[in-house]
Amino acid sequence: MHMIERLGAWAVTRVREMGRMLLFLLSSFTWLVRPPFRFHQIMKQLHFIGYRSTFVVVLTAGFTGMVLALQGYYSLRKFGSEGLLGSAVALSMIRELGPVLAALMVTARAGSAMTAEIGIMRITEQIDALDTMAINPRQYLIAPKLVAGVLGVPLLVAIFDVVGIYGGSLVGVDLLGISEGAYWNSVESAVEWKDVYGGILKSITFGLIVSWICCYKGFYTRQSAEGLGSATTEAVVLSSVLILVGDYILTSLLL
Amino acid sequence: MIKLMGVEKKFGDQPVLQGVDLTIPVGKMTTIIGGSGSGKSVLLKHMIGLLQPDRGEVWVDDVEISRLSGTRLNDVRKRFAMLFQGAALFDSLSVFENVAFPLREKLRMKGPEVVQRVEEKLKEVGLTGMGHKFPAELSGGMRKRAGLARALVMEPEIILFDEPTTGLDPLLAKSIHDLIVAMQRRFGFTAIMVSHEIPEIFGISDWVAMLRKGKIVLMATAAEFQRTTDPEIQEFISVGGTVALPGSRID
Repeated sequence: MHMIERLGAWAVTRVREMGRMLLFLLSSFTWLVRPPFRFHQIMKQLHFIGYRSTFVVVLTAGFTGMVLALQGYYSLRKFGSEGLLGSAVALSMIRELGPVLAALMVTARAGSAMTAEIGIMRITEQIDALDTMAINPRQYLIAPKLVAGVLGVPLLVAIFDVVGIYGGSLVGVDLLGISEGAYWNSVESAVEWKDVYGGILKSITFGLIVSWICCYKGFYTRQSAEGLGSATTEAVVLSSVLILVGDYILTSLLL
Repeated sequence: MIKLMGVEKKFGDQPVLQGVDLTIPVGKMTTIIGGSGSGKSVLLKHMIGLLQPDRGEVWVDDVEISRLSGTRLNDVRKRFAMLFQGAALFDSLSVFENVAFPLREKLRMKGPEVVQRVEEKLKEVGLTGMGHKFPAELSGGMRKRAGLARALVMEPEIILFDEPTTGLDPLLAKSIHDLIVAMQRRFGFTAIMVSHEIPEIFGISDWVAMLRKGKIVLMATAAEFQRTTDPEIQEFISVGGTVALPGSRID
């Protein structure tokens, strides 16, 4: 009986937490459409989440494309289908690896920083200070980050896809000797609009997940250094898990 | 006038406020004292709607704020300012930008008008020429002064001070107290301060209230407060040293 009680208490806590997360998201979006509109804040966050993540995304994309081409080449060679390397790399990047890996990189670089920044603001009463000035923290702090996540991640994914496909070309064409025409022709013939559309949909969803979870965890940080550390870890782990779970759900719906 | 009626607040199973009844006089300096962890800061946060009571009411003039939220609560908060324990300056902004922040964000003020008002407030708190510095570059006392400048810049009717001298040496603490008193006398706002600084607070406060076991056990003028015969209150205020101080503001 005691175990059932504990299980019930755990379930109630989880459901309450999920409800609070959802309300947090909804109220932040509600504040977004109320004046004053904080265009400058959105641009500042877009710069932080998007522009400042470009280097790590380009680096990851380049090596992902290269290793994909390397693995793909030796697999396809067994069937005498090296000419399909371009399509294998492009479809893998656009459909799956681009959105997932770019979102994971953004989580690691920008998401953790968002949680830490908001968490420190909570601990040092800067969020309370906003409240006392009659400035809604969700409108001033959270909503611009959510918008920047939803806009910034798809842009990074677009860069990731292009760099990854070029990385594949570097290994496939320049190192392994596949014909350049065959590689790019294979890319062009295999990639359809619905693949690109699926990738964009995924990247928007992942951008929302990262900014939502990381802002939420920072906003409700417990009032201690240990609490802030836990919040940052939880934000990164939960965002990463939700990205992978979301990827499976979206893939099964899009196929 | 701020009035709290039967305010109760629990955190988990821990009761903090257990029926607080308190009326804050307008245009005066009221100080709330009490032991560490007695709920003084919690009480202060109820007055500005940062916390909501489990039971009871919080009135600001004719508005009951304990169940308000969103725009209606913000309308009441526009009359307030608060100086936090650690000053709560925004780390990413310079001192100037911190003080200008409410002007730009709330009043949508721009240009030379902002510069003039910010410079004026920085001068009043003794931070002339420090506007370009960031909070991390300031000493504890300077941070408090910058926080005070930010609190004053909107010319609020009510200012809440949450242990404004915590972490400062006695000389700095005195200078911050003197500054708060000077500003309160000059602008006539209602000041509510939470403090541990006994006996100093008797020299600067009009009214003193003591919070014990979740209730206000005594509220009186500074002079009357010191004459109380309650042995527990006497013991508490005697720990600070001299009990009777000259210069209490209301006798």
